[in-house]
Amino acid sequence: MYMSSSVTSPERKKIHPHKFTLWVAMGSIVMMFAGLTSAYVVKKSQSNWLEFPLPKVFWYSTAAILVSSLTIHLALKAFKARQMGRYKNLLTVTVVLGLLFSVLQWMGFGHLQQSGVQLFGVGSNPAASFLGIITGLHVLHVLGGVIALLVIFFRAFSSSRKTYSPVSIEIVSTYWHFVDILWIYLFIFLSVV
Amino acid sequence: MSNEAVLHGSHVDTSHHADAHHGDHHDHHHHQSFISKYVFSQDHKMIAKQFLITGMVWAVVGGLMSVIFRIQLGYPEASYHWLTDILGDINKNWVTKEGRITADAYYAMVTTHGTVLVFFVLTAGLSGTFANFLIPLQIGARDMASPFMNMLSYWFFFAASVVMMSSIFVESGPFSGGWTAYPPLSALGDASPGSKTGMDMWLIAMALFVVSSLLGGLNYIATVLNMRTKGMSMTRLPLTIWALFFTAVLGVLSFPVLFSGFILLIFDRNFGTSFYLSDIFLSSTNTALPNEGGSAILYQHLFWFLGHPEVYIILLPAMGMVSEILSTNARKPIFGYMAMIGSLFAIVILAFLVWAHHMFVTGLNPFLGSIFVLLTLLIAVPSAIKVFNWLTTLWRGNIRFTPAMLFAIGFVSLFISGGLTGIWLGNSALDIHLHDTYFVIAHFHIVMGVASMFGMFAGIYHWYPKMYGRYLNNTLSYIHFWLTMIGAYLIFWPMHYEGLAGMPRRYYDYSIWESFKQFAELNRFISTVAMIVFAVQILFLINFFYSIWKGRKVTSQNPWGSTTLEWTTPINPGHGNWPGEIPEVYRWAYDYGKDGHEFIPQTQPVGENESHH
Repeated sequence: MYMSSSVTSPERKKIHPHKFTLWVAMGSIVMMFAGLTSAYVVKKSQSNWLEFPLPKVFWYSTAAILVSSLTIHLALKAFKARQMGRYKNLLTVTVVLGLLFSVLQWMGFGHLQQSGVQLFGVGSNPAASFLGIITGLHVLHVLGGVIALLVIFFRAFSSSRKTYSPVSIEIVSTYWHFVDILWIYLFIFLSVV
Repeated sequence: MSNEAVLHGSHVDTSHHADAHHGDHHDHHHHQSFISKYVFSQDHKMIAKQFLITGMVWAVVGGLMSVIFRIQLGYPEASYHWLTDILGDINKNWVTKEGRITADAYYAMVTTHGTVLVFFVLTAGLSGTFANFLIPLQIGARDMASPFMNMLSYWFFFAASVVMMSSIFVESGPFSGGWTAYPPLSALGDASPGSKTGMDMWLIAMALFVVSSLLGGLNYIATVLNMRTKGMSMTRLPLTIWALFFTAVLGVLSFPVLFSGFILLIFDRNFGTSFYLSDIFLSSTNTALPNEGGSAILYQHLFWFLGHPEVYIILLPAMGMVSEILSTNARKPIFGYMAMIGSLFAIVILAFLVWAHHMFVTGLNPFLGSIFVLLTLLIAVPSAIKVFNWLTTLWRGNIRFTPAMLFAIGFVSLFISGGLTGIWLGNSALDIHLHDTYFVIAHFHIVMGVASMFGMFAGIYHWYPKMYGRYLNNTLSYIHFWLTMIGAYLIFWPMHYEGLAGMPRRYYDYSIWESFKQFAELNRFISTVAMIVFAVQILFLINFFYSIWKGRKVTSQNPWGSTTLEWTTPINPGHGNWPGEIPEVYRWAYDYGKDGHEFIPQTQPVGENESHH
């Protein structure tokens, strides 16, 4: 490490420590969902498991989060090209899509309740409760990403500080792709298993 | 901003001070207030001390509880009003009119003792302290990858501590269903007094604790892999760093799974789900539960998937520090450096593959059980490699019996004694007889509890001069070591016999059992020794706190003649650790007794005619 000289020689070959921390953190989050999905598999093999179709609206939410991955990718490209107007617009779209995803997931829960599949409370079946907890925790992670997006969003609007380092945007965009892929995995898992 | 400061070397501003303040007197944080220096500090060394002292408070609380429940076990018929008067003030349900503690109090204290010692003392207090203190100092970094996250890690731990401590004082008492918090006892408020508010607070405290561990662990991994000084390749790292690195990896991968288990438990407790609960009939309310089809065993799988790696989260830092201290004080290179790293790695892998050996008697498929037996017994291989290497490091060394060295040797002794009984317990057939007996208590206290405490003491004695710039009192240290060492064996060795005779753990009073009456005197003996050993720890605390202000001052930069980087910093290093440039590293950390030199620091370039190790 060339800590003391890094001011004069910014061309560090190594990955930025904060980015690396994010990768480890994503590993940690994967372990949490791996724990839940394996508990799901174990529980399913036991008695009293309710089979029910996933709400249709999950397809729309999947589309929303997929598009949001594309928009944040373009936002990062715009930032690097210093097209700040385009960057801000794309960031806004990503935030809206993230919120839309969360709302659609919430509607999915509502549809399940209406069709008589109770997620929580007395009389709920673990199959539905698992769905509630797994997708609920995922939505919390998406909302965490939305907060991170808002932070860099307002940073982009504040004129007092000009940022040229793409590190924090790269970190948020990596995380955003991660929650997207995580949802694809969970969606496939919940549909197939 | 200070995050970026650490990463991008705002400390260059310290370099021009270097000439003005030589070595000891450099102090470049002039504008720090008391709050930012001692309370919300982002300096890894201060955070390490915060972890250590919080851990010590918990060690006293947890230790004191063990003394109290040992009084119950040793003297079940005696009355001790002096004690119950005090306990009665905490909780009126804890004491009887005859001056004895109640079963509620006994279970509350057993549970709190376990939780606190495992998580708050031997996880936060041990790896929290030494990972924070040693990683930046030994790899040659100004601070952690993210000092801010590091500070958050401590404050989440502090919040967890506050909640856990408060749970002791709620009216229905703290959680009392064992540190493993198995449902249904932990999932049903009506199951026991401790399962009410106490359990809610236990879960909140543990959730905060998991967050703290994850924030800490992420930082340790990122720091070790990204922030090493020039020349510090991974194979030049001291073994302490390797051990702390693997500890962090274990924590980051296993704590989230525990968290999943806790989330499901919280939903079962509060939101009527049936993950763990089924239609159990409760005698306290005289009704059956509305839940259907839950599986209490599911919790055990999730819990032990963390629970077993947790054992190594506790043990690995001790192993790393012991390796370092043995080598330094035997004045010899560590034997089998690469084998030490390889065996640590093997332990990390195996740690994730053996959790079901805690569940042999839960109705586990015997075929599956036999696979877990095999994987469990495989841990003996890396463990034996480590023991062999420690002994061969000591072999023909010029051993300096410093207090740290004694505790390190004590660690090796305890690790052997406790490890061997692990081979017994790893057999699913023997486990039918031995599970849930005192044999298990003896095993894990020796190999994990006491051994890791010894590693922690070794670390404190060895790095105290670096932490506080003063020495501990040697006479008190030697008394502390010998009485603790002898006491530890006297307490836990006899428990093996009790366990082999079938004496179950967790019973409140053995005197009413015909089969276990024979152990009344042995129990009294164990309890008496436990009280003495606890008193000796108070002696250590006095030594520790007295020496912070009044201890003999450290006068040389490198009092132990050690090769590692932390001893190249000033005696009282400021935030940033090195006043000037960070030193460059040219060799591994174990050049002791090489080519006629007593030791060669890592910062010394390799000479032309020097032999290669």
